[in-house]
Amino acid sequence: MADIVLDHVTKRYPDGYEAVKEMDLQVADGEFIILVGPSGCGKSTALRMIAGLEDITDGELRIGGDVVNDRAPKDRDIAMVFQNYALYPHMTVRENMGFALKLAKAPKEEIDRKVLEAARILDLEQHLDRKPANLSGGQRQRVAMGRAIVRDPKAFLMDEPLSNLDAKLRVQMRTEVSRIQSRLGTTTVYVTHDQTEAMTLGDRVAVMRTGRLQQVGRPSELYNDPVNLFVAGFIGSPAMNFLPATVEGDTIHLPIGDVPVAEEHRRGLQSGGARSVIAGLRPESFEDAALVGDQRERGIAFQAKIDVVESMGSELYAYFAVETEGVASQELEELAQDAGTAEVPGAESGQVVARLDAASQVSEGAEAELWFDAAKLHLFDAESGRSLRAA
Amino acid sequence: MLRSSREAALWSIGILVVLLYALIPVLWILSLSLKPADQLGDRRFVPQEFSFENYETIFNTETFTRALVNSVGIAGLATLISILLAAMAAYALARLDFAGKALILSGALAVAMFPPISIVGSLFNIWREVGLYDTWPGLIIPYMTFTLPLAIYTLSAFFREIPWELEQAAQVDGATPFQAFRKVIVPLAAPGVFTSAILVFIFAWNDFIFANTLTSTDEARTVPAALAFFTGGSQFEQPIGAISAASIVVTIPIIVMVLIFQRRIVAGLTAGAVKG
Ligand SMILES: Nc1ncnc2c1ncn2[C@@H]1O[C@H](COP(=O)(O)OP(=O)(O)OP(=O)(O)O)[C@@H](O)[C@H]1O
Ligand SMILES: [Mg+2]
Repeated sequence: MADIVLDHVTKRYPDGYEAVKEMDLQVADGEFIILVGPSGCGKSTALRMIAGLEDITDGELRIGGDVVNDRAPKDRDIAMVFQNYALYPHMTVRENMGFALKLAKAPKEEIDRKVLEAARILDLEQHLDRKPANLSGGQRQRVAMGRAIVRDPKAFLMDEPLSNLDAKLRVQMRTEVSRIQSRLGTTTVYVTHDQTEAMTLGDRVAVMRTGRLQQVGRPSELYNDPVNLFVAGFIGSPAMNFLPATVEGDTIHLPIGDVPVAEEHRRGLQSGGARSVIAGLRPESFEDAALVGDQRERGIAFQAKIDVVESMGSELYAYFAVETEGVASQELEELAQDAGTAEVPGAESGQVVARLDAASQVSEGAEAELWFDAAKLHLFDAESGRSLRAA
Repeated sequence: MLRSSREAALWSIGILVVLLYALIPVLWILSLSLKPADQLGDRRFVPQEFSFENYETIFNTETFTRALVNSVGIAGLATLISILLAAMAAYALARLDFAGKALILSGALAVAMFPPISIVGSLFNIWREVGLYDTWPGLIIPYMTFTLPLAIYTLSAFFREIPWELEQAAQVDGATPFQAFRKVIVPLAAPGVFTSAILVFIFAWNDFIFANTLTSTDEARTVPAALAFFTGGSQFEQPIGAISAASIVVTIPIIVMVLIFQRRIVAGLTAGAVKG
């Protein structure tokens, strides 16, 4: 076991493309860290550099205190679960899982014992003598996992190991992964672009975008205190709504009404005069005004014409449009392009999603009175996209 | 698969027709080879009495035994060299990106487009000049030339299908690059290599044009060419029985090879390596 340190690590591919830019990341011994970001942002590249499958162009990589930039994968003592399993098709499950130990010239009894133990943990005992081709996706997934855990490596690297499973199996395997990791206590870097995995699995989450690390922190930190528009839009599902707003003195003019400037934003907004900002409103900070009760004072109530209502059973998603003055932010546009417009509500169209209690009576096409919790308002600089909350 | 008995019946009939069409000539030759000399003309499909005298004759004829040795040696060496070169070329074509890749592939195919008969004449002259006439290399070289394009083509198609990520998986598992190649890639590439090898071997084994034109003695004459030089026991006897026996003998290695390697050429061996 060991810690992993990326010190200004950069990866430039031979064609000149910089997939990872000056990445700084410290993964503590035994920590479970999640690397998230949209497709193509360099997650796999970063992971493969740690594994030694990709040369490091610049910077330093240390595992357990040793600089390993120039070490071959086999000398780094790490186990990796590949994005597409990469099982050896000509070997049985048993041979697949024991391959690493066999290469390490472990005695036969030890290999058998460890493989059996891993198979027990992963519920693969009755499949040990089958070939990967005859296994289901979930079983293959577990074999890939098994191949990593039979060893006692310094670190686990997992590249979207669950991306290929159906929803139910994914939930099941997610708890499995989490259980195995905490049981073994092995340093783990886990790549995903799945929200839920990112928020539930790890100790800390690192968000990447086009090769740059945006923010690293505990899931609640990223959710409550995103440093910029990108992290705010990426973390949380459905994504945060973004609306243009102007600040005048002590008041923020939102398209849905006016709210006073909160204490936490005051320092970030110190410049006098009118100023345009971008307001971030999480869907879960909305509520049906009829259901708010005595909290009403804390927020603002407004009328909206509901376009679509999606009922999830336990909650409702109401979609409505608001009038925006078209204060476009370049940052926001880029963001919309990056993430696909659908993932950034409000970016262009003024479309807003609100999550309401299941008891709400709102209906499609009708006017409804909604309420927004002003204490949960996020503000971002329109130019740079940085959060205006004082650190 | 068979949805109705009628469909099954149609299939059976179809298969039977094809089988008969393909097998009757072979069976006819088998029958001829087993007849004693005086019954060769009896026009019976099943011999009245079975005799192995034709087989005895050919194995006592030096022309045939030498030819058999030549055939095995020449076809075997041509296959070995051709597959070795083709595997390296195909590996490069499948794994590396370099300029002119498409050109090389189509160039290789262009070589295969010349009918052997169109070059065999000039080859005859050249081989006599350079001293390759009536030697093993004299046949191995043209066999290689004509089988390489096909071998490169099939092998590069096959190599492209190999999940190369497995090599990296093996390295992370602690293998040296060479171990990764030997323990993971070679077993996966083997079926494709065997398939190509059989095709090359069959071409070299069955060739008549080069073998007949570029040889003149037992030094390098292969079985297909040697058959044409068979004579009967006496001047007045037709060597049909002996030729039939020889034909059956040369067919056997091919059948044996296909039967042995058939199990290794199982498609879908790579299935299940990666997701899907
Ligand atoms: N061999 C290569 N040569 C040049 N560019 C590459 C190479 N491999 C990857 N890239 C580029 O590097 C960027 C990052 O790729 P990477 O595979 O790390 O993405 P990712 O974050 O893992 O995405 P995904 O979620 O889709 O797996 C991509 O834009 C990709 O096009
Ligand atoms: Mg990836």
